[in-house]
Amino acid sequence: MFKWLHPYAKPETVYHLCGRLMPWLMGAALLLLLLGNIWGLAFTPPDYQQGDSYRIIHLHVPSAIMSMGTYSAMAIAAFIALVWQVKVVQWSVLAIAPIGAVYTAIALITGMAWGKPMWGTWWVWDARLTSELILLFLYLGVIALSGAFSDRQTGAKVASLLAVVGVINLPIIHFSVEWWNTLHQGASITKFAKPSIDPSMLWPLLISILAFKILMLALLCVRLRTAILVNEQHRPWVKALAGD
Amino acid sequence: MVTLGPFLKRELRLLARQKADWLNPVLFFIIVLSLFPLGVGPEPNLLRIIAPGVIWIAALLSVLLAAERLFKDDYRNGVVEQLVASRQPLLAFVLAKLLANWLSTGLPLVLLSPLVALLLNVDMPSFIAMLLTLLLGTPLLSLLSVLGAALTVSADKGGILLALLILPLYIPLLIFASAAMEAASMALPYHGQLAVMLAMLLFALALVPVAVTSALKINVS
Repeated sequence: MFKWLHPYAKPETVYHLCGRLMPWLMGAALLLLLLGNIWGLAFTPPDYQQGDSYRIIHLHVPSAIMSMGTYSAMAIAAFIALVWQVKVVQWSVLAIAPIGAVYTAIALITGMAWGKPMWGTWWVWDARLTSELILLFLYLGVIALSGAFSDRQTGAKVASLLAVVGVINLPIIHFSVEWWNTLHQGASITKFAKPSIDPSMLWPLLISILAFKILMLALLCVRLRTAILVNEQHRPWVKALAGD
Repeated sequence: MVTLGPFLKRELRLLARQKADWLNPVLFFIIVLSLFPLGVGPEPNLLRIIAPGVIWIAALLSVLLAAERLFKDDYRNGVVEQLVASRQPLLAFVLAKLLANWLSTGLPLVLLSPLVALLLNVDMPSFIAMLLTLLLGTPLLSLLSVLGAALTVSADKGGILLALLILPLYIPLLIFASAAMEAASMALPYHGQLAVMLAMLLFALALVPVAVTSALKINVS
């Protein structure tokens, strides 16, 4: 496997790989996003209890899932960057962080917008809400830490270390709904049990989740390409690229 | 492990000579606590209700205040660099730092807790809970602040960044500590919260020193 992975440690190869993948990923993400959201927002039946306002789950749930998914991706990348010192992976940690921060912010904002009509309040200090807020702070900490050093590489390494330390928050968020019986409802979709959500609502939701995942990969490609160009700006291949 | 003694002796001697390093956070703790009755009003029942949160937030802030200078001098005068370059394991240095940090910032808070209990009108059961949470919680505060200090030691703007990094990590501790004190004030059992705090402390004790040594190495290279 290492023989197969080896060429991808070279920034130039990754740059071109991302360039090739990006249009496909972006296209698929936009298509699925439009499909999932229009289906979910306009064509699913209203909930018997919540009426039409439940439709925000088509934004809220995918972004909440991806706020944690993106963090685990970032932490795995950070671990690889620390152990094997692969430069491209190091840059990808910093490339992922802002995407995850935005997903977390979307999850929090849509959750607040849903909480106002349903719970009657914008914010409660509930376990899951609080730990999601901590997740946002962790993302911001990683971003701020990477920019605080005069040496860019030290910043990237230290930020990776913080990302690995922050993994401790992921199980807390995930199980918070089960450990503390609070206002936020439990999961409606699980792998092991029959989902407690009607199939007519489930399918557009699953499409939206997939769309958010692919969108993350597409944005990562864009940001990683920029990061590679910035970090390798004095290399001949970048100069040749700019010369064209 | 063999060399813990000399490092600890050095840390304690440094603390004895630079008294401001540990006196200021302790004074800060008392001043913050005495601001709350002035801010929210001196009503004794109100003070008893808000005491758990107030005490813990003041403790967090005072530990944070001490954290900033933790590695700064050793980094500037090259001690950290020499230790990384030498073949001595860095772990002994880190453990001595941790122990000295707890002795100089955590322990004074524990010793001051009777005074705090008097100031904020805390009754006896809550005071015992407060003492226990401080005993279990302040070592964890030291661990996390040493980690934050090691991460930001060579950063240009360390101070405010340090707060941004470690305050989120303090939050679980804050939640369980104030939950334990709240349960005690209502005469409910709070062993569960204490057990969780002990678990967090042991978990951090196993992993944080390793993270601190690698953070120091990154900052030196």
